[in-house]
Amino acid sequence: MSVIDLTAENFDQTIAGGTVLVDFWAAWCGPCKMQSPVVDAFARDHADVTVCKVNVDEQPTLAARFGIMSIPTLMVFKDGQLHKKTVGLSGGDEIEEMCR
Amino acid sequence: MDGGNWDILILGAGPAGISAALTAHARGRRALVLSGDPMATPLAKAPAIHNYPGLPGMSGRELLSAMLAGLERQGVRRVTGRVTAVMPFDGSFMVSAEQDVFQAGSLILAAGAQQSLKPLPGEAEYLGRGVSYCATCDGMLYRGRTVAVLCLGAQAEEDADLLQSIGCSVLRFGRAQAKDAQIIGTDRVTGLVCGGQEHAVDGVFVLRDAVAADVLLPGLAMEGGHIAVDGDMGTSVPGVFAAGDCTGRPYQIARAVGQGNIAALAADRYLKEREK
Repeated sequence: MSVIDLTAENFDQTIAGGTVLVDFWAAWCGPCKMQSPVVDAFARDHADVTVCKVNVDEQPTLAARFGIMSIPTLMVFKDGQLHKKTVGLSGGDEIEEMCR
Repeated sequence: MDGGNWDILILGAGPAGISAALTAHARGRRALVLSGDPMATPLAKAPAIHNYPGLPGMSGRELLSAMLAGLERQGVRRVTGRVTAVMPFDGSFMVSAEQDVFQAGSLILAAGAQQSLKPLPGEAEYLGRGVSYCATCDGMLYRGRTVAVLCLGAQAEEDADLLQSIGCSVLRFGRAQAKDAQIIGTDRVTGLVCGGQEHAVDGVFVLRDAVAADVLLPGLAMEGGHIAVDGDMGTSVPGVFAAGDCTGRPYQIARAVGQGNIAALAADRYLKEREK
């Protein structure tokens, strides 16, 4: 499944149902560039999870709302509720574990 | 990847890293050395070295310069940068340094002894909740806020300048001040206690020359503060080798050079096995 770019406008609607993985990132962040292909690969292999990204530079209100203090940060929402959060790089297995 | 794809990526440009790079190159491997400033290392401060064969009485700086010149003469590339993260992915490794990401089939860790990497009280607890190791990565998230910068590495002042330039209010603390520093907070960092005085801050940037190896690469087995290695300089992570002072005592150039050589040969064999 393709990865959705989230904005303040479409965020709540997108995370409202099912399992949603959100990758908070920015272009200036080296580790985020490493997280990105891992998240993309996860999206390809997991059609049951909606996979999204938030560019914290372009979406400062979302970054502030979720208290993002370090990137990459990954969050998993289940039916709109925050289920898991990790700060720093996560491998594919860890993401799978987070989505359980 | 913007930092390029390599066969063997060597982290560290001391005697172990340089030796590993020369051997990897001689084996026809595309090798890249990624390191901080080699002249900011303890070896560069040694006034005279008498127990390294063939080069009696050379200073550490002279010896390092000669080794680096040899590396350059062979056409092996070296890039300056502080490594902030390492991750295995898809049968290879991704390594980020500053804003670039490098990819390699095998890694050789040769970043020197890590005795100064003891974490501060509160550091691990608040990592990602106000504690950061990477000004380039997280600086923008602290724009308009007050941050403490613990300048524990050669590049730290530069990073503190960067934080200031993007609009952070920066309180700088040197090595001596940071000795008894303690990071405090609630669910996130609220302050830094230093010299008995509490400073209210939203973030603490702990900027050392290197991130501890087992933080860099979770799951890497350590032994008494050093990276655990086998006879072929292999670590607990397949494809990752280590050489030099980071693997233990004695902290000697001769040992580092030998281990660098063994590590590069082992990395070459590892890649050959995978290429089959």
